[in-house]
Amino acid sequence: MKYLDEYRDPELAARLLKSIRETVTRPCVIMEICGGQTHSILRNGIDKVLPPEIELVHGPGCPVCVTPIEIIDQAIAIASRPSVILTSFGDMLRVPGTSGDLLTARSRGADVRIVYSPLDALTMARGNPDRQVVFLAVGFETTTPHTAMAARQAAREGLNNFFLLVAHVMVPPVIEFLLSAPSNRVQAYLLAGHVCTVTGLGDYERIAARYRVPMVVTGFEPLDILAGVLGAVSQLERGEACVDNRYARVVEAGGNVSAKAMVAEVYETVDRRWRGIGMIPASGLRLREPYRRFDAADVFRVNEMGSAESSVCISGLVLQGLKKPFECPAFGRECTPRTPLGATMVSSEGACAAYYAYHRRLEAGRI
Amino acid sequence: MSSERARIQLAHGSGGGMSRDLIAEVFVKAFDNAPLNRQDDSAVLELYGRRFAFTTDSYVVDPIFFPGGDIGDLAVNGTINDLSTTGGTPIALSAGFIIEEGFLLDDLRRVVDSMKRAAAEAGVQIVTGDTKVVERGKGDKLFVNTSGLALIDHDHQISCANLKTGDSVIITGSLADHGVAILAAREDLPLQTPVPSDTAPLNGLVREILAAGGEAVHAMRDPTRGGVAAALNEMARSSRVGIAIEEALLPIKPPVSGACEILGLDPLYLANEGKMLVFVGRERAEQVLEAARGHRYGREAAIIGEVVEDPKNLVSIGTRLGARRILDMPVGLQLPRIC
Repeated sequence: MKYLDEYRDPELAARLLKSIRETVTRPCVIMEICGGQTHSILRNGIDKVLPPEIELVHGPGCPVCVTPIEIIDQAIAIASRPSVILTSFGDMLRVPGTSGDLLTARSRGADVRIVYSPLDALTMARGNPDRQVVFLAVGFETTTPHTAMAARQAAREGLNNFFLLVAHVMVPPVIEFLLSAPSNRVQAYLLAGHVCTVTGLGDYERIAARYRVPMVVTGFEPLDILAGVLGAVSQLERGEACVDNRYARVVEAGGNVSAKAMVAEVYETVDRRWRGIGMIPASGLRLREPYRRFDAADVFRVNEMGSAESSVCISGLVLQGLKKPFECPAFGRECTPRTPLGATMVSSEGACAAYYAYHRRLEAGRI
Repeated sequence: MSSERARIQLAHGSGGGMSRDLIAEVFVKAFDNAPLNRQDDSAVLELYGRRFAFTTDSYVVDPIFFPGGDIGDLAVNGTINDLSTTGGTPIALSAGFIIEEGFLLDDLRRVVDSMKRAAAEAGVQIVTGDTKVVERGKGDKLFVNTSGLALIDHDHQISCANLKTGDSVIITGSLADHGVAILAAREDLPLQTPVPSDTAPLNGLVREILAAGGEAVHAMRDPTRGGVAAALNEMARSSRVGIAIEEALLPIKPPVSGACEILGLDPLYLANEGKMLVFVGRERAEQVLEAARGHRYGREAAIIGEVVEDPKNLVSIGTRLGARRILDMPVGLQLPRIC
């Protein structure tokens, strides 16, 4: 397959691995921010072919995983109203709320539908003028422009039956949060290439300089990830701390200017709770005027939910790179992809789901 | 499903882990008998000193017409293929129709014509049937059920519980064509190269495979819902062995892998409707492969791995980078109503 096979070539991978082995001289801890990269690493077995000095820890870059339980509960409450069609990406439907998930709500009669884009939800709103169509808007900087565009389009058309339940979050604040924590052991970051496509590199250059931490813009294919690791190891060995763009075929330093402008027009920054991690200042987004009227949480008055997490789930520690999934006592026992206690076991980008799918019995040696 | 308030979800019909548990906890528990409990694609019955295969399958595919086929030939081929996993010769089929009020008679004729053609190709007759009509909105256009009977005219043991360490694993052609065809038709995916469904009757191909492999053919399975990954996991468990396959050996058409990349789907978990997994003793693997490739439905057949000893009954896949990881049973739902 053109544009993909080139980045999966076993011989080129072997060459990159050789360079990594020749470069690394001491143990180092590298975090890949993005859950898509976590899955690529485990799926391709990259963690098993890297030299033992390099430990990859998995970051909080899984929007499904960090969406706070309150918002899942809000979505279930909204979906349970007969007038509502609740739409979202497939993974969100299986994320556990305080009691049940959106799929169980659907089997009880709620109209919950999977869409591939918020614009599909917009089309649904146009076609169902007597229903209220709500899109559960999760995602990082890559997906935010799409929902911003949907809100702008809804405003332009004067739609009054389209709403967004907004759970958007941003990457730089959580990296700073993790780097400031006393428990931090991450020495270098692989940045999520697709997020950088939108944001550009400015914020990361500031963070790299301030915290003296190497950062490498990294893609998602095996060779991309190996190149990212090589970039991170090279900086660590040379004592450098800058942003190295190893995904230049996609990412430009300035990012996507028009996407950023659209997001700024539709959204404003707020403090946001991250599931399993806690409140992170200025890390989330909410609709600003004149788009506030599309805010589903306001319109359906579901702001106070009394939500409660599972007491055994350690997904917060997993999302911060402090624990590996198999260190959780519930992993593979009470908690499986079919009976998930935490969102990290659900999502196609969640670290627990990745370990369960690809490594569980090999790693944990007990299941 | 422990709670008394639990309800059926779409994923219970996906062919993955939830389907398996539903079947075990509800149906097998209730009906409990030897042919059923083996949970092969067809029940094998001994009557008057002869062995027969008997199976049934219902089809709810949406859309009912799709590139490469429709609900009619799918329903005939699917049951023929379930019978063929025993190596038996199909004798006759039944067909049941649940039709929604308002369904176009011309569309029904089109489906029935396509069933007639498929049955003729497979060399069987549809000898009995049933028709029900439900009120508009109480069904979705057309559901079809087919049952089938086959005579097992060989003495070999062919069963999902019969895998032997060292067996070669053969797939008779490319993966995931049906799953991608349905998805593309449903979502209006503008694929550069259209992917037709692979729906086809495999009794002829199976005959060639058995002629070449004889009693070295230990098991066959058509990997429909849940794809090759689900089929391999079920067989490893039934036979108490492990299975090791190699990513680099999997035959996948470029437009299929392209569509899977875009949608984040794994071809190993997508349905096939014209492919057979064959487990054959290593000593006869090349002959079986050659025989399969000589048949029109087996041109792209490939050896993709082998059966290994493993007390945990794992299915594993070697990646292109040389690492090995688990290939798990699919969880929940990939795509609803693909067959």
